[in-house]
Amino acid sequence: MPSDAAELHEDGPMHLAVDSKHAAAAVGSIKVSAKDVDVFYGEKQALYDVSLDIADKAVTALIGPSGCGKSTFLRCMNRMNDTIPGCKIIGRIELDGEDINDKALDPVLLRARVGMVFQKPNPFPKTIFENVAYGLRIHGLANKTEMADIVEASLKRAGLWSEVADRLHTGGSSLSGGQQQRLVIARAIAVSPEVILMDEPCSALDPIATARIEELIDELRTQYCIVIVTHSMAQAARVSQKTAFFHLGRLVEAGRTDEMFTNPRDTRTQDYITGRFG
Amino acid sequence: MNEHTVKSYEDELNALMAECARMGGLAEAQTADAVEAVVKRDRALADSVVGRDERLDLLEGEIERKAIRLIALRQPLANDLRRTVGAMKIAMNLERIGDLAKNIAKRTLVIVEAEPMTPLTRSIDRMGRLVLSRLKEVLDAYTSSDMERAVAVWTRDDEVDEHYNSLFRELLTYMMGDPRTITACAHLLFVAKNLERIGDHATNIAEIVHYEITGEEMISERPKTDALKPAS
Repeated sequence: MPSDAAELHEDGPMHLAVDSKHAAAAVGSIKVSAKDVDVFYGEKQALYDVSLDIADKAVTALIGPSGCGKSTFLRCMNRMNDTIPGCKIIGRIELDGEDINDKALDPVLLRARVGMVFQKPNPFPKTIFENVAYGLRIHGLANKTEMADIVEASLKRAGLWSEVADRLHTGGSSLSGGQQQRLVIARAIAVSPEVILMDEPCSALDPIATARIEELIDELRTQYCIVIVTHSMAQAARVSQKTAFFHLGRLVEAGRTDEMFTNPRDTRTQDYITGRFG
Repeated sequence: MNEHTVKSYEDELNALMAECARMGGLAEAQTADAVEAVVKRDRALADSVVGRDERLDLLEGEIERKAIRLIALRQPLANDLRRTVGAMKIAMNLERIGDLAKNIAKRTLVIVEAEPMTPLTRSIDRMGRLVLSRLKEVLDAYTSSDMERAVAVWTRDDEVDEHYNSLFRELLTYMMGDPRTITACAHLLFVAKNLERIGDHATNIAEIVHYEITGEEMISERPKTDALKPAS
């Protein structure tokens, strides 16, 4: 460590040696903004006073131990919690500045803008083509020729086209787990969402299928706002530009992923990511 | 700091740092013996310093292998990652200190052939003690994760530089006064330079310790005095 290296660091010591992928990531403006969000399941409070801005055209990873509230928070963003009886949300979540819990807002339309991919791939019991076309049909978004084009484009963007082009009309469940997950992602992007929520999308996949999904996430982030819940620290580190750490229903710390994994500010974050939680 | 949930991971990290501390002790002993060999004109001690250097090389290799293995198998993050990489970097600095101590010992074998130059060796002795105290201090800072002590070593490096500068001038005076002393003085000059560089490695280690503990690099300019400039 040459002593005269000090002068190189005038503009900020921590920002020099960052991974180029993270440094080059042109993180967009704020897409989703949560302000003082509390969530209750009946009597039990699951989230306490969470405020978090989520950038567009970037991947934000939500991490934390089981029961920390990260999935609850994710589900708030497309009102999936509405389906749970007794669930009450206080505070404000904005999508492009609009309150998503506004009574006038149709949750079905919201979910077209804010798509979701779950832990276990959940293709509908329909053909590959119909799985991807489904959202377009229910939202009446395309005529027949457009439909075929959009299905193809979505499958291509999800990196699945070359594997299924010759069997579009076979059942979606005939695909492997990794292919099914990419099919579900194709279905989510077919309706041109703005935000894609992913709840542990790789936890049921092998390392190769996982790598393909991660590569896909990295490609998609140039066009979408992506929020991913993951239990894998390594995955959060690999795919995200921003990381938010939840613990006991509270947002403990959020920041740039490279900084969170080399130099977290809060000891609870450090204990969690280094495997020290008792 | 809480312990890791996985006990064997905790053990491996601790073992890595313990190995580094042990290597530090060896580097310290090598430096102390090399200085003593010059000062006391002790050929046997100089020989033993040269012979023992290999142990430091082996330990460095060992620490590097352990650190790489830990990175591969445990994927350390945050402070653990900084500690693991820090151990590798500290081992590199200690290995260099060992080389410099060995070089002092080798030069001792030539210096003892010439007439004793007591005032000069006394200056070397003083400079050696100072450098050794820095080295000891920074290794203690490392083993006790004491940031303040590390910072103290880092900010006081200019005292070593001052010693070096004054020895430099002293040696020039000798060589100009009696050209027969040039060979021995030239070697003593290298001895002093080697000690100064050992001091630099101690400040490097101080920077590594600081980064390990805080996650931030030291950024302020360290005071420097330059031997090449004429004294004002």
